[in-house]
Amino acid sequence: MAAALFGSVNLFSFSSQRTIISKRAETMKNDERLTDGAVETEERRGGLSRRSILLTVGGVATLAAVSEVAAQPISERPPSASTGRVRLVVNGRQHELDLDPRRSLLDVLRETLDLTGTKKGCNQGACGACTVLLNGRRIVSCLTLAAMHDGAEIKTIEGLETNGELHPLQAAFVEHDGLQCGFCTPGQIMSGIGCIAEGHAGSPDEIRIWMSGNICRCGAYPGIVAAVADAAKGA
Amino acid sequence: MTTNVIGSPLQRVDGRAKVTGAARYAADFNQGGQAYAVIVGATVGLGRVTGIETAPVEKMPGVVAVITHRNAPRLPYAPHKSYIDPATGERLHVLQDDQVRFYGQPVAIVVADTLDQAERAAAALRIAYTAERPLVDPADPKARPVVPEAGKQPDARLPADTARGNADSALADAPVKVDEIYEIARENHNPMEPHATVAAWNGNRLTLWSKSQFVVNEQAEIAAVFGLPPENIQVICPFIGGAFGTSLRTWAHVTLAAMAARQVGRPVKLVLTRKQMFFMTGHRPRTLQRMALGATADGKLTSIVHEGTGETSRYEEFMEALTSVTSFLYSTPNVRTRYRLLPLDIGTPNHMRGPGEASGVFALECAVDELSYKLGIDPIDLRRRNEPAIDESENKPFSSRSLMKCHDLAAERFGWSRRLPEPRSMRDGRLLVGMGVASASYPAFHAPANARARLLPDGTAEVEVAASDMGPGTYTSMTQVAAETLGLPVERVRFSLGRSDYPPAPSHGGSWTMASVGSAIRAACIAVQEEAAKRPRDGRPIEATASAQRDPDVAARFSMHSFGAVFAEVAVDPDVGTIRLRRAAGAYGIGRVVNPRLARSQCIGGMIGGMGMALMERTVLDPRDGRPVNAHMADYLLPVNLDVPQLEAHFVEEIDPHVNALGVKGLGEIALVGMAPAIANAVFHATGKRVRSLPIRIEDVLTV
Amino acid sequence: MLPFTLEKVTSVQAAIAAASSGRRFIAGGTTLIDLMREEVEQPAHLVDINALPLSEIRIEGSDLVIGALARMADVAAHAGVQRLQPLVAESLIEGASPQLRNMASIGGNLLQRVRCPYFRMHDAPCNKRTPNSGCAAIDGLNAGHAILGTSNHCVATHPSDVAVALVALDATMQVRGPRGERTFPVEELFRLPGDTPHLEHTLLPGELILAVRIPGGPDSRRARYLKVRDRASYEFALVSAAAALDVEDGVIRQARLAVGGVGTRPWRLRMVEKALIGKAPDRKIFETAARLALEGARPLSGNHYKLELLPRTIVRALEMTGEAA
Repeated sequence: MAAALFGSVNLFSFSSQRTIISKRAETMKNDERLTDGAVETEERRGGLSRRSILLTVGGVATLAAVSEVAAQPISERPPSASTGRVRLVVNGRQHELDLDPRRSLLDVLRETLDLTGTKKGCNQGACGACTVLLNGRRIVSCLTLAAMHDGAEIKTIEGLETNGELHPLQAAFVEHDGLQCGFCTPGQIMSGIGCIAEGHAGSPDEIRIWMSGNICRCGAYPGIVAAVADAAKGA
Repeated sequence: MTTNVIGSPLQRVDGRAKVTGAARYAADFNQGGQAYAVIVGATVGLGRVTGIETAPVEKMPGVVAVITHRNAPRLPYAPHKSYIDPATGERLHVLQDDQVRFYGQPVAIVVADTLDQAERAAAALRIAYTAERPLVDPADPKARPVVPEAGKQPDARLPADTARGNADSALADAPVKVDEIYEIARENHNPMEPHATVAAWNGNRLTLWSKSQFVVNEQAEIAAVFGLPPENIQVICPFIGGAFGTSLRTWAHVTLAAMAARQVGRPVKLVLTRKQMFFMTGHRPRTLQRMALGATADGKLTSIVHEGTGETSRYEEFMEALTSVTSFLYSTPNVRTRYRLLPLDIGTPNHMRGPGEASGVFALECAVDELSYKLGIDPIDLRRRNEPAIDESENKPFSSRSLMKCHDLAAERFGWSRRLPEPRSMRDGRLLVGMGVASASYPAFHAPANARARLLPDGTAEVEVAASDMGPGTYTSMTQVAAETLGLPVERVRFSLGRSDYPPAPSHGGSWTMASVGSAIRAACIAVQEEAAKRPRDGRPIEATASAQRDPDVAARFSMHSFGAVFAEVAVDPDVGTIRLRRAAGAYGIGRVVNPRLARSQCIGGMIGGMGMALMERTVLDPRDGRPVNAHMADYLLPVNLDVPQLEAHFVEEIDPHVNALGVKGLGEIALVGMAPAIANAVFHATGKRVRSLPIRIEDVLTV
Repeated sequence: MLPFTLEKVTSVQAAIAAASSGRRFIAGGTTLIDLMREEVEQPAHLVDINALPLSEIRIEGSDLVIGALARMADVAAHAGVQRLQPLVAESLIEGASPQLRNMASIGGNLLQRVRCPYFRMHDAPCNKRTPNSGCAAIDGLNAGHAILGTSNHCVATHPSDVAVALVALDATMQVRGPRGERTFPVEELFRLPGDTPHLEHTLLPGELILAVRIPGGPDSRRARYLKVRDRASYEFALVSAAAALDVEDGVIRQARLAVGGVGTRPWRLRMVEKALIGKAPDRKIFETAARLALEGARPLSGNHYKLELLPRTIVRALEMTGEAA
């Protein structure tokens, strides 16, 4: 079946992809009666309760011999046109770049400018590791296109020291041990600077709320809160 | 010359590097002319690849290679197993055949000049499969448990079956019983740093800047995979952005990066997507456990039956210490444990912080809590009544055991005396408040390790070990050990790690780094001082390498474990069911504390990990094809800053002369163990509803 | 991500002209870029509208007018918004992380796509992403999905928080397109999936959102947004409720209620509102009224709990309107 499908359809047309996916969808629909049966007994979210699993699985018509082509069509579009020159001022230094418009600010920082202090944790705006300041405001650099920021000023973790002196928040992170592995730390610090500048570092509780866009899997949160609170006092 | 550096709350020696962005993690090692690789994963959960249309993708802009099982080199894959690999089965041989064993398994790799080009090309690659419905759920009746091969021998490290006395008949006869099933969801490590490898060949020599908790094993494994002498391979990993076990093994992506780099004749950078981290690099296995306790009316345990089952893959038997603690945590004449595996169509699980113990102790400590309510005995008192004098499973004394001291200290700091015993009896305004407690335990492991120390003419010292630092502070604490042994201020000691050409160290996991590597560093520092005493000062560096391991005689005489006690307070909203941790306190007996500042951070981090396990973490697989449906940081919930309240970590003073010369027992794992049952027990105390399945979420307590 | 062209426009007129020829707007980009990376969104031409003069927040009488390009963070921090419409500020702060709030615009927030995991996965059928391919969620893992407004073709929830507040408050939106300007209730922006789930909103080709207008009223001050979720922040709602009550002499004169996390679009609950008017605000009344929210609810295998959680969330949100924020 697979070979037949593969040979008989034009792999690059939208409609053939749809055909193939809908085959797949039909097969999924074969399970309907079983999940219907599970509805009454399902108690836990996510279809995970033991009872529903038994019902869902027992005697099921499986996806046997399904063939599937899931890839996206190869675009007949030309490669992304260059945007022309994009000027970015990063940590006070001006850069003029020819950029593929697809490139995120994060990738330009890391892969083109070799400013690898800014981290890619999820590339989906769901962790905060890539936080930088864009024209003074904290943002996640993975969810914005570099080419949209011609003329913008960007501050990254590498730009915080002055004459070899740590920024007060950097020093506070070390002092309060607001880090363990250090991978989320640049994002935490850039976010903390934004948090203080926004005036949301008035109390530990306020800091916890306004620093919740930066995940720390090591669990250094108490130290992070103490560091931001400490630096806010001097700000 | 003793400086008392050990025990001082030194700030992290690598703190400055980490707060300035100077610390370089694997993906930060950009190489000139590097290409970017993206892995294409199978979109079916079980089956065969029947067609791949590579030609159009090869013509796409920037694409330099499309590698599939059809054109990939046949790799030697010489036999290689370290102790962190499953003893039974064989690792995934990537791109060597057309078989799809689990959803997301790599079936191709695309290499291009830029990351955007590689991602686009990977998305465009068309692959046809034949597919069957995979079996991915341990609760599926079609899943057949097996006895783990490595657990069959009587002297197995993780025996499949153990027994003393007659636990089943004692259980049947017990006046008071608890006999329940406990379930823990599949969890993913989700370190902030995705797995990453930058691979560069120079002739037949390969350099890998690669995220690894075990650089010497990564070197050995890649050597075996490619049929090269290990000395041809250099693995470099100075910083790890969290790992929690996921980088103990060398997964398929490292091979793919090296394969791609060789194929295209350029350095290649390969970084896993966050989604790929949910199926390609191990997970804490789902477990189903029966825990049965029998007791007398006055709270003396007469029997424990613990039957635990964990999922594994079809191609490897991943084992963890699910039932180990049950045999010695409490005193009882009758214990039976059984450990089984359920092979499923999933990637092989692996160790995740507190592996085995975290899951097993959850069942045991919830059951003990349930028993306390049945008996009407305070949960701490119940544990005290069953405190053993020795390790009854091995008939050996404990090298040290401070479990009840931990309970007493943490109970006092936590304010346990304010707890009203009756469930659902405490409120704060509208909110239901509950307090829970659990014991924790984790073995004090020790593995052979090596270290090199070098005294330089300028009065400074260098120490080198192929160890790792995934965040606990290895750089700092080892600097302290070296400084104290050498009698030097810490500023004059430079400790380096994370290179496979340094003296070999064991894997960075299992809470044994300080015991193992610290002991080796101490030995090397003593050796280099002895060497210095023998030699005239001629202006040249003086160097010595030494190894250390635990005295087998001592190991035979004592049972060695860390112990701890964890207390948690939760508030449950009776209207909308939200469960929030309000505070927690833990006390731990871990031998000597090398750096209290770092130890406290590590403990609090472990408690937060345990909180995630208790209330949030769960990777959900679609039973139709085994795909994780919440493979996303917004959908796989981890605690955020606002979730984390006041947490306290205390250490009881404990001098253990037996474990090792440093007297350290390890901290990383036990910090997580015990937190989940303490929270689950607090949820019961708050609501009167016993939830035996983790994570405990809103819908579990909504109708209480 | 598929290749595309990117151009910047500096006038509304130029933006509309560009959109009329099939180009897509990009503002904050937090949804669009994420989905372009997954190739769920495949625009060939993007028009960056961030330079348009549409970021103003102003007060007109008791009304609040928010420019479509005002960022979530700026709206939430605006003194006039906090004073006149605290519900809007609260829903925005609950709605995303501080970084995302600095990026995302109000117009973009309303147009964000659904959070169904299968929608993001090209190897799963999804009628919204690929019309007529099927729905993987209906028989799949659907704990986060809708119980109201679903069809046999789509069960995804609308994820916006502020949209729930705006629908409750009878906000209107001002849009301009090739055929001129029009104004309509925010609620009418959102389509039910029916058998065309790929069509999510009612904007006409080339139309650009200019502003959102929120009428002031006596109930604005007694208004709260409650978002129920397993972690305390940075998570989409399991269930949320925007509630506003105007209570005079111990009697509810006017009630406004909309809920999120349960509907295929922000869900206004007029039946519940009606049941509250004229009554004294107490828990019994709230509970009786909240049950009416379940009219027409169709639970899926994984989200039965929402039948219980929805009325409870409504009751609690109504209670909160009587408490200090």
